[in-house]
Amino acid sequence: MNLYEELCKDYRFREGLHTCINCGTCTAICPAAEFYRYDPRRIVDIVQRKNEDEIEALLKSDTIWYCGECMSCSTRCPRTNTPGLVIMALRAMSIRHGFFTASEKGRQVYPLTKLLTGNILNYGYCVYPETFKWEDHQESGPVFKWHLEHLKDDFERIGANYQGTGPGVLRRIPQEDRDELKAIFDETGATDQINLVERCSKAKAEEMGMTLEEYGKYTFEYNSGNDFDK
Amino acid sequence: MIYQGKQKIWADYQKEIPDDHWYYVRSCIRQNFFPGSEKMFTKITRDDLGLDMHENAHHTTCGGIAYHCDTIPQETVMTIVARQFALMTEAGYENYCCSCITSFGNYIETLESWHEFPELEARIREHLWKSCKREFNKPKYIAHTSDVIYKHRNEIAEKAKFRLVDKNTGEPLRGVEHIGCHYNKMFPSKGVGGAEYPYVLCGMIESWGGQVIDYPERRHCCGYGFRQYHIKANRGYSFANTHKKFESMEPYHPDFILTNCPGCPYFLDRWQYVTAETEGKTYGRNGCGIPVFTYEELASLVLGYDPWDIGLQMHQVAVEPFLDRIGIEYDPGAKYLGVNKKDLGRPSLPEHMVCF
Ligand code: SF4
Ligand code: SF4
Repeated sequence: MNLYEELCKDYRFREGLHTCINCGTCTAICPAAEFYRYDPRRIVDIVQRKNEDEIEALLKSDTIWYCGECMSCSTRCPRTNTPGLVIMALRAMSIRHGFFTASEKGRQVYPLTKLLTGNILNYGYCVYPETFKWEDHQESGPVFKWHLEHLKDDFERIGANYQGTGPGVLRRIPQEDRDELKAIFDETGATDQINLVERCSKAKAEEMGMTLEEYGKYTFEYNSGNDFDK
Repeated sequence: MIYQGKQKIWADYQKEIPDDHWYYVRSCIRQNFFPGSEKMFTKITRDDLGLDMHENAHHTTCGGIAYHCDTIPQETVMTIVARQFALMTEAGYENYCCSCITSFGNYIETLESWHEFPELEARIREHLWKSCKREFNKPKYIAHTSDVIYKHRNEIAEKAKFRLVDKNTGEPLRGVEHIGCHYNKMFPSKGVGGAEYPYVLCGMIESWGGQVIDYPERRHCCGYGFRQYHIKANRGYSFANTHKKFESMEPYHPDFILTNCPGCPYFLDRWQYVTAETEGKTYGRNGCGIPVFTYEELASLVLGYDPWDIGLQMHQVAVEPFLDRIGIEYDPGAKYLGVNKKDLGRPSLPEHMVCF
């Protein structure tokens, strides 16, 4: 199966691309296109040309990682395409083939995977106070710094059930439910994806002369600035 | 109901939101950053509106953020969604109410994809059975929590102790709203007012005495962008998009911002702080920012709840000038106290943005 055929198996691709007339409306409305050197119209056009080399180059590039998955492009396309969905399918394929480590933005899949799947499996939440570190989030301001320093007291004051039993805000999600999430991950390919991302990232880290931990921190913080028009 | 003329056109943008009996699921982001809003949603719907809003302790994240950060496959997120539906089915409910726009988009995308590709639904049912030994019925209706508040906005107005009106001038306070992309851009027919005429928040502002003001970048994304925020190296994307919205709304001098999405109030609040501290620029009056509220916070304020009981102390932008204009009373000294007046210290003050 070639890359284009593989892409066609992804439901998001089938939903996201009918025929593109290259009008550029999606690019006009796209928040990522305003910020990055990025053009969803071009991505859709490359894909519909079905040129395998061009598709492979796309999967190894920074370009597919600039999208914010806001789906603003879905609202105005005269052909009811959603470039954001096409990009989701391309990203999934870039990960499956291990192409994501070839680009600066693609390499960020490693710290993202570690953070988000870690939060889901360990706590049952995508975002969790224990892993939201102020040092990594100084934009959250002095109020949040204060909140993180008084987590239990502040949550109690506001009426949350932080780490408590039963229902309520930020309750401890019981182990049996987290076990079910793990079983879902094993059954549906998430565990395989986590392992694949780690394997590819480890190889890339070695190539870059770093431990996996150093690589995680580096990819989380490093910005070459190459993705902007100078 | 049979609609005619303009009413018929507008009817296309309406949703028939069920009256009662909801199975409620929480939002990861809101529980972390706006725990008071999550608490107040169940309190208002149950105590003030008398609704059946059922919560089960066994529900989890919907996985939506991990999915939109491309860290889990589509079938994984759909099976997590299916498990949530199974919990709803087991509890005997059909109306599903989620407290998050990312989740809302995720649930609707899942149901629409299953509708389009029935073999996908069959596969997810098999995954759920193999992994959790659970089965489910699909919800009859999926609402976002703001839909429920919108539906009951006039009842809230009838019970309100305050209106969104300047107590000195008698003029309505001017609000801008921010809808949150996944509420109405993915499947416009699922959101009140669709993608072009979002009305879910405007309806609340109008009903509670305020005035909605329009501005050019009203529909622009808040800049969350999932990986564009969670990865430190990419955060300029998030900041730049929020900044664009503020520059666009500035000439219209809004008194407050009302938001729909879990992330949006956080970004619109915090990136104002960053703008102030990096550029020395503030967008509100007298060196303050423009206060940003969730719909539960605004509903709670008009209903007369104490601002610190609903968690407004967790905002970076000061809310006090807004409370003063309406005439809502509060104890400034109690803002950062814990339970039983426990001293928790205070946050430090920003250099450029006026806070209290
Ligand atoms: S989903 Fe991606 S391509 Fe579409 S408008 Fe948003 S950022 Fe642009
Ligand atoms: S708006 Fe639609 S038709 Fe126009 S360039 Fe974008 S995807 Fe193609």
